[in-house]
Amino acid sequence: MSNIDRRKFLTTSALAAGGLLMSSRLTFAAAANTSSRFVFIILRGALDGLTAVPPYGDPDYARLRDELALGVPGSANGVLKLDNTFGLHPSLAFLGDSYKAGELTVFHAVASPYRERSHFDGQDVLENGYARAHAVQTGWLNRALAAVPVEGAVSRKELGVALGQNVPLVMRGAAPVASWSPSKLAALDDDTLARITDLYAKDPLLSKRLADALAADAIASESQKSAMDESSDTESPDMLAKRDKATQRGGARYVEVIRAAAGFLRRDDGPQIAVFDATGWDTHANEGAAQGQLSYRLGALDSGLRTLKDQLGPVWKDTAVLIATEFGRTAATNGTRGTDHGTGAAAFLLGGAVHGGRVIADWPGLSARALYQGRDLNPTLDLRSVIKGLLADHLQVPTAALESSVFPDSASARPLPGLFS
Amino acid sequence: MQDRFGPAIAANRFGLGARPGELTSIGADPRGWLAAQLKGGAPQIDAAGLRSSSDIISETLELRREQREMRRDAKGANDADKDAAAKALLKLPKIYRPIYISEVNARLSHAVASDRPFVERLTQFWTNHFAVSIDKVAVLGVAGALEREAIRPHVLGNFTDLLLAVEQHPAMLLYLDNHLSVGPSSRAAKILSRRRTDRQVGINENLAREILELHTLGVNGGYTQKDVTTFAEVITGWSIGGEGRMKKGEPGKFVFRPEVHEPGAKTVLGRTYRQDDVSQGEAVLRDVAAKPATAKFIATKLARHFIADDPPPEAVARIEKAFVKSRGDLPTVYRALIDAPESWQEPLAKYKTPSDYIVSTFRGLSLPVQGRQSGINAFELLGQRTYSPGSPAGWPDRSADWDGASALMKRIEWADAVGQRVGAKSNAGALAPNLLGETLSADTRTAIARAASGAQAVTLLLTAPEFLRR
Repeated sequence: MSNIDRRKFLTTSALAAGGLLMSSRLTFAAAANTSSRFVFIILRGALDGLTAVPPYGDPDYARLRDELALGVPGSANGVLKLDNTFGLHPSLAFLGDSYKAGELTVFHAVASPYRERSHFDGQDVLENGYARAHAVQTGWLNRALAAVPVEGAVSRKELGVALGQNVPLVMRGAAPVASWSPSKLAALDDDTLARITDLYAKDPLLSKRLADALAADAIASESQKSAMDESSDTESPDMLAKRDKATQRGGARYVEVIRAAAGFLRRDDGPQIAVFDATGWDTHANEGAAQGQLSYRLGALDSGLRTLKDQLGPVWKDTAVLIATEFGRTAATNGTRGTDHGTGAAAFLLGGAVHGGRVIADWPGLSARALYQGRDLNPTLDLRSVIKGLLADHLQVPTAALESSVFPDSASARPLPGLFS
Repeated sequence: MQDRFGPAIAANRFGLGARPGELTSIGADPRGWLAAQLKGGAPQIDAAGLRSSSDIISETLELRREQREMRRDAKGANDADKDAAAKALLKLPKIYRPIYISEVNARLSHAVASDRPFVERLTQFWTNHFAVSIDKVAVLGVAGALEREAIRPHVLGNFTDLLLAVEQHPAMLLYLDNHLSVGPSSRAAKILSRRRTDRQVGINENLAREILELHTLGVNGGYTQKDVTTFAEVITGWSIGGEGRMKKGEPGKFVFRPEVHEPGAKTVLGRTYRQDDVSQGEAVLRDVAAKPATAKFIATKLARHFIADDPPPEAVARIEKAFVKSRGDLPTVYRALIDAPESWQEPLAKYKTPSDYIVSTFRGLSLPVQGRQSGINAFELLGQRTYSPGSPAGWPDRSADWDGASALMKRIEWADAVGQRVGAKSNAGALAPNLLGETLSADTRTAIARAASGAQAVTLLLTAPEFLRR
């Protein structure tokens, strides 16, 4: 469908409320005239990268991690081997398969330019794309969208559509994006809606928000209809049962969000970018190793990602999913079998479009001398390098924009080349 | 110059949304109406049917003991016993959920009926400032108790007392893990290391960091990582009675455990504290509460909450000065807020949070809080489940955090449902000026007058731009 058709679709589709339930926030936007899809998943609360991607081959790992240390590959509950240094947490089975299939790149000792230890400032920097917290009220992804060249006469103004009740900072800004989340409430009758639309005529914010919401509802109802029509039964009952079990393990909330996301992304005429966040990574106490709190959350995330791939179907080959967190956690366990706020973290780039099967890390080691301020994994890779490489090669954001508007003052963080096949 | 907006600003921005007749009773003296609410003791919630945190936690401790025994018995036992042990683990949310529902309903009823709504809004402000979040199951049952026991009694008192009450409340200690933190050179650590060599014990810096970052100085308040770590050592031993091996103290109440406390003098923010018991942490809290950075941080948050997303510096300075001069006397601080001319200049500068929106609807339409789920469902649907900000930073307080397209549609749909329910017996046309005063626009007035039904008129009132803001 061309851009013109897409606009027509948005303005003429009937209004209908969605039927899905969603607890997380999910945001969408339309990007360039390209088939590329991009999903950004923000892990809020600081994921422990040394548990998600344990450097089992590092001589200091087991000592520092004490009872949080995971076993070597092949041992009971041992890590899933990536290479001779790194493994994946055993709950990340899908990511392990993706790595083998060349669809996952893992980054380690990676960090945004933020060097303090506040979640809230850390997340602000992760999303605003500047070197300091609260520098601006817009996000790098929105500014990247604004810089993407669009062919044809239709501006993205009519194409912006979003999911999730509100828009996270990374997606806020001048480029039109909105939010959508399914509703348990009944849709309004057209007359009441028309009167409210009139009532907002002189209120720029509310009239814009209402128009965006109607547009998103229209797309959502279409997506869900087509999803129902296509609901495939290619999976055996056994596989489905297994899948259900994974869902029960806590994946349910991601799965619902992700199903909705996929419904939007796989449309030819739908948005190409989705953002959502997952919380609960702030493991100060009783973090667990192969089993326990963090293992459970990683398993839920992993099964959510598997669902995303399943649901995206043919679009998966054009998809890149970036999973990142505001910072890492302390290299050593603390006194309460958990970890405190740290610096260097792990991040993941997943998808059919990704040139994967690699761990990209300039590993600093975990010896006392190597640790940042004597306590954290020392960051040796700037997360902005990863994102700039991604935006340039996957979404065709012009280099000039990357350096000026998207990530100002990031000259030291050169775009990482070759992330995509 | 904007005095005609005074009553609406007092009732809707500083209060929780006008009840019918409230604007009239505010009359010509909105500042006086607010100031009068600060006199006398803070209103306490009707606690009939609500339980104290110590009572709730005692029950939990008892359950934990049972679980431990079951697990011990189940070691090497058959699968049925293991199943029973696992089931016992699931009991906690089952016990906590009804408590949570009662707390939320009591809180909503109190807010809807309050004739000192300014004090109630301030209470909610402090609850959000000292946020715990029920997505950590351990606090699901005690989040409401934290507000009732630590915040309400001090909301018209002194900031230092409020701070001490919160940081020693079991809900906060549980939420930020301090009851698990052990001084590495404490007696307990030595005993443990003798007994078992495979397990480290030590500090957990979670509470210490959030006290400095979120409760007092603010993130740029001039503390270092070393201050955080040392302060965490200072408050080792701040724990909950009846917990752990020693079972010391009154079950479920704050207790200081000397055997867990990291011994010795410690230096935090350049000052050395030689006390070696609970008073060491209390002294640090008192000093931190009196720092200029704390006054500035609190003043900024208050001004952001009550005046504008980007608060005018003059107003912040005025509130900050009152805080410093009165040494944290909260009514003095609130009066500075009311006295700031900026508070009255821009009507409707703040976008209501979902909670504001729901409470003001209940008040404006005199909706009864009935049925155990009615209020709870609304908070959940509109995206602000009570006591669940998801992080110790609390809910955000800017328009952009709440004005999403989908969030707006949820409000519209909910307003429509409310209209369907009460429209037939409501007179939205008469109600609108009664609730919105001079902020009611001619367009809204006309739209309501021309509505096709009573239900639609209510929906239009509730979705009007001036009702979505405060």
